[in-house]
Amino acid sequence: MAESVCIVAEYRDGAFRKVSYEIASEGRRIADTLGLKLYGIAIGSGVSDKVQELAKYGVEKVLVADDPAFEHYIAETYVPAVAEMLQQCDPAVVLLPASMNGKDLSARLAARLETGLAQDSTEISVEDGKIKAKRPLFGGKCLGWYEWADDALVMISCRPNVMSMLEPDESKQAEVVKVDVSVPEARSKVVSVDMDTSGKIELTEAEIVVSGGRGMKGPENFAMLEELAGLLGAAVGASRAAVDAGWRPHSDQVGQTGKVVTPNLYIAVGISGAIQHLAGMGSSKYIVAVNKDPDAPIFSKADYGVVEDLFKFIPVFTEEVRKLKSSE
Amino acid sequence: MNIVVLLKQTPDTESVIRIAGDGRSIETQDIKWIINPYDEFAVEAALRLKEQHGGTVTIVSWGPQRVVESIRTALAMGADKGMLIDDEALEESDSLGIAKVLAAAVQELNPDIVLCGHRAVDYDHNQRGPMVAELLGWPHLPLAVSLECDGTTVKIERPVEGGKMVVESSLPAVVTMGGSHAVWNPRYASLPGIMKARKKPLDVKKLADLGLNPEECGSGAAKIRLVSLEMPPERKPGRIINGDLDTEGKAKELVRALREEAKVI
Repeated sequence: MAESVCIVAEYRDGAFRKVSYEIASEGRRIADTLGLKLYGIAIGSGVSDKVQELAKYGVEKVLVADDPAFEHYIAETYVPAVAEMLQQCDPAVVLLPASMNGKDLSARLAARLETGLAQDSTEISVEDGKIKAKRPLFGGKCLGWYEWADDALVMISCRPNVMSMLEPDESKQAEVVKVDVSVPEARSKVVSVDMDTSGKIELTEAEIVVSGGRGMKGPENFAMLEELAGLLGAAVGASRAAVDAGWRPHSDQVGQTGKVVTPNLYIAVGISGAIQHLAGMGSSKYIVAVNKDPDAPIFSKADYGVVEDLFKFIPVFTEEVRKLKSSE
Repeated sequence: MNIVVLLKQTPDTESVIRIAGDGRSIETQDIKWIINPYDEFAVEAALRLKEQHGGTVTIVSWGPQRVVESIRTALAMGADKGMLIDDEALEESDSLGIAKVLAAAVQELNPDIVLCGHRAVDYDHNQRGPMVAELLGWPHLPLAVSLECDGTTVKIERPVEGGKMVVESSLPAVVTMGGSHAVWNPRYASLPGIMKARKKPLDVKKLADLGLNPEECGSGAAKIRLVSLEMPPERKPGRIINGDLDTEGKAKELVRALREEAKVI
C-alpha cells in the first residue's frame, strides 16, 4: 500500500504562493481520511528557508530541491526533479496547484508518470478509499466527476482560491529532506522575467472582481472601474467585447475563451451577459450587474441588479463605497 | 520549415450544453462544431512561420468523420496537408492515450516544430501539448502570446500570474498557444482558399497505421475517466434594486445589501 498523499508546492519570489497552503490543507484532509502521511515537495532557489511554512498546514515531511537552476519555472528542469522526489514519497495521491505553471508542470509530469490527471479541480471526494475529483467543463457550463483506474496514481491540480485553508498551527514542524536532484541539460530556458510591480491583483485569485464590457464605450472609462476596484481591493476584468476592441489586455478577459473566475463578489458593469461570459463568472458567490438595458441577460444571473446608466451610477456607487471604507 | 499543428474540433462556444441520458456525455445533435479557438491561433502562427521560412504546414487531428470539416477549414486558411486519426478505439481514451497517438503521428511527420492550443474549450484538460512533448522527449513552451523563430530557435512571450516571461528553446520543440482572438487574429479562409483546400491531401489513419494498438491508448489503457456530469447549481433568484430610488438611493441600497446581506464588502 502507498505511504502518502503528496503536495507539490509552488514557490516564487521568496515565498510559497497561497494555493500551496490550500492544497496542503486539502491534502491533510485526504491523508487523514485514507490513513496516510502528508508529504510535500518544494522546488526553487532559496526555498529551503521557507519550508516550515508548509508544516503549519499539516505537512509532515518536505523533500527539497534547492538550486539556482530552479529559480524560474521551466518544465524541462522541473519535471524530472519533481518526478525523482515523488518516487521517494511513495504517494497514492499527488496534489498540485492549478496555477499557470502548476497546470503545465502537472500535465507533463502525468505523462512522465504514465497516469491520469484531473486538471483544475474544484472538489475532491473520498468514498470507500476511492478518490473522485470534480472539475468545470465547457468553460464552467457544466461540471464533471472523474475517477481513476484501480492501479493508477491519482494526480489532481486544484483551482486556486477554492480549497479551504486550515488554521495554521505554528507549533508544527516538518522533517526536511534535502534531495540532490540531477539538473538535466535543458534545451529550453527563461530569457527574462517581467513582474508587474504595481500591486495589481491577479484576476483568478481575487476575492472581488469589477469587470467592464462593451457598455464602457472606451478604454479611458475603465479608470472609473480601477478607482472602484482600488477601494474594494479588487481585480479589474473585462468581457471579450472590451478586449477585442483593444480597450483592455487579453489577460483581463473573463469568459469561456478567457479566464474563469470564482470571486466572492463579481460586479459586471456594462456587460450584457453573453453565454460565454456567464460561463466564466457564473460560479462567483455574489454577482452584481449594472446595465441600462433591463433585458440584458446578465440580470438573470445577478443577485443584485441595477438598471441605470453606468456613467451615472458608478461614480455615485464609488463614493458610497469610499464613505463605507473610511468609516471603518 | 516542417510545421505540424495538433488541432481539436470542439463545440462552438455559443452552444448550450445539455447532459445526455447516460449522465456522462453531452447531447450533440444541435452542436455546431468548430476548430478549438486556441488551435486556430496555432494554425495562424504556423502559417506565419511558413510565410517567413517556407516549408509545409500539416494539420493533425483525431476523432470521427465530422472532424474532416475542421481540417479542411485549416487547409483553406493555408495549411498544406492534413491527417485524421479516426479509430473507434479512441472514443474513451484519456489525455495520455490521445497524446500517445499524436506523438506517433508527429514522429512519422518528423517536423521542426509542433504548435497547438494550450487548452480546448470543451473538456479543458490542458494536457495535450506538454504530454506530447514529454512523450517525444522535446522541450515545450506554454501559453505563447507572441512567437519568434529564426529556424533553429523559437522564442515566446508568455504570461505568469502577476507578470510575463520570455522563454526560448532550440528546435525541435512544442509550443502551446495562449492569448486570445485579439492577440492572434486568425485569418479567415478566402474563397480561393476554400476551393484549393478540397484538393489538398488529407490522410485518414487507424491506430494500426501508426504502429499503435488499442491496448496502449484506447479506453482499456485509460488511467482516468469521466464518470458523471452535472449542471452547476442553480443560482438563487436575485433582485433588481428598487427602481423608484434615485441614483444615490440605489447606490446606498446596493452598498447596504452587499455589506449586511451578502457580507462581501
